[in-house]
Amino acid sequence: MVENRPWLTFLQHFVLLCGVALVVFPIWIAFVASTHDGRSLVSGVIPLLPGDLFFENYRTLLSEGMAGSGGGPVWLMLFNSLVMALSIAVGKIAISLLSAFAVVYFRFPFRMFCFWIIFATLMLPVEVRILPTFEVVANLGMLNSYAGLSIPLIASATATFLFRQFFLTVPDELTEAARMDGAGPFRFFKDILVPLSRTNIAAIFVIMFIYGWNQYLWPLLVTTDESFYTIVMGIQRMVTVADSYPRWHLAMATTVLALLPPVIVVVVMQRLFVKGLVETEK
Amino acid sequence: MADIAIKNVIKRYGDTQVIHGVSIDINDGELIVIVGPSGCGKSTLLRMVAGLEAISGGEISIAGRVVNRLEPKDRDIAMVFQNYALYPHMSVFDNMAYGLKIAGRPKEEIRERVEKAAKLLELSALLERRPRQLSGGQRQRVAMGRAIVRNPSVFLFDEPLSNLDAKLRVQMRLEIRQLQRSLATTSLYVTHDQVEAMTLADRLVVMNQGVAEQIDTPINIYDRPATVFVAGFIGSPSMNFLPGEVDAKGEAIALAQGPRLRSISQKLGNHAGRSITLGVRPEHLQPVAEGEQDFHLEAGVVETLGADVLVHGRLVEAGAAAPQVEGEGGAGIVAVRLPGHAKVAEGDRLPLKAQDGLLHLFDPESGKRLADV
Repeated sequence: MVENRPWLTFLQHFVLLCGVALVVFPIWIAFVASTHDGRSLVSGVIPLLPGDLFFENYRTLLSEGMAGSGGGPVWLMLFNSLVMALSIAVGKIAISLLSAFAVVYFRFPFRMFCFWIIFATLMLPVEVRILPTFEVVANLGMLNSYAGLSIPLIASATATFLFRQFFLTVPDELTEAARMDGAGPFRFFKDILVPLSRTNIAAIFVIMFIYGWNQYLWPLLVTTDESFYTIVMGIQRMVTVADSYPRWHLAMATTVLALLPPVIVVVVMQRLFVKGLVETEK
Repeated sequence: MADIAIKNVIKRYGDTQVIHGVSIDINDGELIVIVGPSGCGKSTLLRMVAGLEAISGGEISIAGRVVNRLEPKDRDIAMVFQNYALYPHMSVFDNMAYGLKIAGRPKEEIRERVEKAAKLLELSALLERRPRQLSGGQRQRVAMGRAIVRNPSVFLFDEPLSNLDAKLRVQMRLEIRQLQRSLATTSLYVTHDQVEAMTLADRLVVMNQGVAEQIDTPINIYDRPATVFVAGFIGSPSMNFLPGEVDAKGEAIALAQGPRLRSISQKLGNHAGRSITLGVRPEHLQPVAEGEQDFHLEAGVVETLGADVLVHGRLVEAGAAAPQVEGEGGAGIVAVRLPGHAKVAEGDRLPLKAQDGLLHLFDPESGKRLADV
C-alpha cells in the first residue's frame, strides 16, 4: 500500500512498540536481576538497570553451580538439556522421514491403517500417557539415562504428517526418473527425497528442538540423579528451596542461560525455517 | 542399438481394459511416433515399454530379450519426461551424471561422458547451474542429455515438447530429429501433436481407444488413411466427411447433401449401390471455372492465415437456388484450403472440384477404408 499518513504511521509504531515492550520487559527484568546480588532483589524495589555483578554471578553459576539448592553445576544441566533436545529433534526427524517414506511410497497391507494409527497418537500428548510410559521406561531400566529422557518423546505424528504431505507434492515423474536412472528405494530416499525436504527438516528441527528443550514434567519424573537434571527443571528447583530465601539473582542468571540455546537455534535457522513453512513449490 | 517387438500387448486396470492388444515391430535405429487423442492409451503403452506400468498381457521385447518382468533400469532404456523431471536440487552436471553414478562408473568416465553429451546439446556453459536457473528449452535439453549420457539402446519420449512455446517447439523438434539421426538410437516418441508426429516419425502409429488404428510412414498415412478416425486425426484442418452413395453403375457418387461427383477416374463397380462416407481433404478441393465444378460451396467463416485461406461453408448443388439448411452447428460444414490471397467473402459461392485420385471412401458402418478414388 502506498499511503502517507504520518499520524497513522506514528500510531502503528506506537502500538507495536508497546507490544514489544510488554513482551521484552520480563526478559529484561530477568537479565537485570541476574547482574545484582541476592539482597537487592528481595529488598522490595526491583532494580531496572543492570548491576555490576554480571561476571561474578555467571562465573559462580557455571563453575560451582548452586550448592545446597539442588542440581549440579549449571553447565552440566545445560549439557543435559542439549543432549535431550538434540536427540529428540534428530530422532523425531529420522523416524518421521522414514515412516512418511513408507506410507507414501510403498504399498503394503494396512498402509492407511498404519498412517491413521500414527495420526491418532497426535491426540495423546505426553501428559496423558505419562503413567504407562513411565512404567515402560522404568521396567526397561532407562531411568536416569539420556535414553530415558529422549526416546519416549521421539515418536511424532506431527512430523510424520508434515513429511507425508510434502512427499505427496513431489512429482511422480521424479520418482520414475530415479527408477530409470537405476536408483533403488533407499538411493531415491537418500539422494532425492531427503535433499528436497531440507527446508522442511529445518522447520521441524527448530520446532522439535524447542519442544525438547522446554520439557519439564518428563525429566522431572525420570531423573532422580542430579547428573541427569535438565536446565528447565533445574530452575524450578532453585526457587523452591527450604529454609532460606531463593537466590533469585542466580536463578535469573540460569534462566537467561537457558534462554540462549533455543534463541540461537531460531536465529540461525530462521531463514530455512520460514521457507520450510511457507514454501510449497519446488 | 536394438529393435523392439511389441506383441499383442494388453493393459487392464481392474476390470477396465485400456489397451486392446497392440502389436508394433520397431526396427533398429527407427524413430516411431505414437500419436492419438488424450486417453487413447499412447502414454500407457510407452510406460509399459519403460517398465513403469505392469503389462497385463502380451509381450514386449527389446533387442530380442523379453522385458515384461524387468525393472526399468535393467531394460537398457532412457526416458525423457513431459515435465522434464530434473532433480531440482542437483546441478545440470549431477542431473546428467546421476544414472552413471548409481551404475558405479569411475569418476573420470562420468565426467568425460557428461561433457561429451553437454557439448552435443550446447549445455557446456550451464553444467554448474540448477534446473530452476534454466529456461524451458534448456531444461528440455538437460533432460535429453540425461538420456544420452547413459548411451541406452532405446530412447523413450513422453510428449517432451508439450511444455514449450510454439517457436521453441519447432526448434527442439528439429534438434531431436537431428540428434536421433546422428545417434541412430531406436526411439519411441509419444505426442498428441500431429504436426510433431508427421515431421519426426520414420513410421507413425495412430492410436485410438487402446487400439493401433494404423502403422505406416507419415506420408502413407496421409495419403491412404485406413480408417475414418485416422483420416480425421491426421491433417489440419481435418478431412471433410460427406455421407453419400455410389450409384448403381459405379460411376458416380451421389452425396446426401445433393451434388453428384462424376469426375472420378476409377470405376466403383465393386461398391455399386453402396452407402459410403466420402473423405476429401480441404487442400484437395480445387476452385475451378463456373461449369466445371462438382458443386458449389457457400462460404461461411473465412480464416486468413497468410499462406492459405480456410473457407468453411455448406455444399450447394450446382444451379440450386438456396443452400439446404440441415441441422445446427458443424453438421454439413465443409472446409476448403485456398491459396493465400484468394479473395473470398462470406456468402460467396465458390465452384469447386474434388481432385481426381485424392478422394477416400470409407464404410460408414465400420469406418474402414474402401477404395481410393
